[in-house]
Amino acid sequence: MRRYLVGAMIPVAFLIGWEASTRTGLLTLESLSRPSDILMAGYAALRDGSLLLATMQTCETALLGLAIAAIAGIVIGAVLGLSSTAERIIGPTIEALRPIPAIAFMPLALMMFGFGVGLEASIVAYACVWPILIVTIAAVRAVEGRLLDVAAVLELPVWKKMAKIVLPAAFARINVGLRIAAAISLVVAVTVEIVLNPRGLGYRLILAEQSLEIGLMWAQLVWLCLLGYVLNLLLSRLGRGSTPVWRPL
Amino acid sequence: MQPLRKDLAAARPIGAEVPALSIRNLAVRFGARAILDAIDLDVREGEFLCIVGSSGSGKTTLLRVLAGLASLAEGKVLFEGAEISGPSRDRAIIFQDYSKALLPWRTVRGNVALSLEARNVPAKEQDAIIDALLAKMGLSPSRTQFPGQLSGGMQQRVQIARCLAQDPKLLLMDEPFGALDAMTRQTLQDEILQLAAEKQITTIFITHDLEEAIYLGDRVVVLGRSPATVVESVEIELPRPRNQLTTREDGRFLAYRHRLFELLAHECGPQSLQRGGQG
Repeated sequence: MRRYLVGAMIPVAFLIGWEASTRTGLLTLESLSRPSDILMAGYAALRDGSLLLATMQTCETALLGLAIAAIAGIVIGAVLGLSSTAERIIGPTIEALRPIPAIAFMPLALMMFGFGVGLEASIVAYACVWPILIVTIAAVRAVEGRLLDVAAVLELPVWKKMAKIVLPAAFARINVGLRIAAAISLVVAVTVEIVLNPRGLGYRLILAEQSLEIGLMWAQLVWLCLLGYVLNLLLSRLGRGSTPVWRPL
Repeated sequence: MQPLRKDLAAARPIGAEVPALSIRNLAVRFGARAILDAIDLDVREGEFLCIVGSSGSGKTTLLRVLAGLASLAEGKVLFEGAEISGPSRDRAIIFQDYSKALLPWRTVRGNVALSLEARNVPAKEQDAIIDALLAKMGLSPSRTQFPGQLSGGMQQRVQIARCLAQDPKLLLMDEPFGALDAMTRQTLQDEILQLAAEKQITTIFITHDLEEAIYLGDRVVVLGRSPATVVESVEIELPRPRNQLTTREDGRFLAYRHRLFELLAHECGPQSLQRGGQG
């Protein structure tokens, strides 16, 4: 508890300073709303449900994209991590695809899916798959060789070896990739909404800016901050695993 | 060197019936380096065979070949008449580094259950088997604990229980007590002897500890070094059940120790002499 209080010192002081300086006329920037105004705008948007709807829309696509990326990244990563032959064959293709910015796929995705969930989720998935894939390959390679010996002697079929030995052993490290990807998923989803897709928090944000509802714009920005924080918290909880003794990374 | 080689020719191990395991002209190489060369060895059904050799003599490699975890360059290994071609649940292996061989995210029970899951034993039959094994290994109170919460000796017991749950016909043990303290080692030696007597599983036990080999084994095989080959095979005619006090004080025990120590010292050079003596 005390730790949280100490950690809250800077943000709280900042907010008070901000409010005070705008009220005393020290700061007169158009783009800077007052914390109290932001709070009011945020409260209003929460009450009429528009903020929650936009949040749902953004989370829906971000999580969908993240889920696709997680499944693809973990499955392909596990195969590449275990088989050096597969790595030699598929590795170069991956290295060629990886540097393409996900955002560059927006026109293509728009043609393929039209406006909506598909457009956004596909771009999120593309952006998120790389950290998961690369971390999974490394994590699977780092699985203790002894455990693979045990799997071999027990004659576990490949899928059982994956499910019972390799993935649980690599899970703590894979989770690091998932957390990085989760942060990316939110960034990319909001970006696609700001630039192209008329839905979700990003679209609301640009709408508020264009209609000069600065308080609302800030409120949504703060809301996004909270969203990212909660997402990361959830994933790091997941990373602690269910065992009390085994401390993953 | 010469007189010892003659001595070797006189003491050739010959199984009475068809051996459980036959190693014929086995050679293993890592690149150009020969690790094992021209190994011929028969292991009798139900025999407790100990293999000694200084560290780096290729003992572990030999055991990995027998488990099917390493490939051989020449020769063949016959297990129950059939040439081995890879790992099998019939041949369980107990590793020295128990902490790496156990699944840290599974409880003691879960670790033992892994073998049953591999054998596709139905879930409702698993409990009875696991309970019996945990009771036998003195692990019942620890069943819900994780390996990281247990002492080294207990962790090694978990590994042994998991290997037994595999229902193996051959037990391969790679210096299983090498990382344990002296007291725990003696307790586990006696437990393993009791298990072997009960289950009559053919066991190959690798150690660099001469006294341990003599205390446990029906026979002790000495591996030479670079490349390793069978130097000597000594039948241990000490009465069973064995006892940490009386067996180790037996005149014959000391005579075996004397003879094997000389063999090892001779084979491994003066450098390894102290290490052999310690064992």
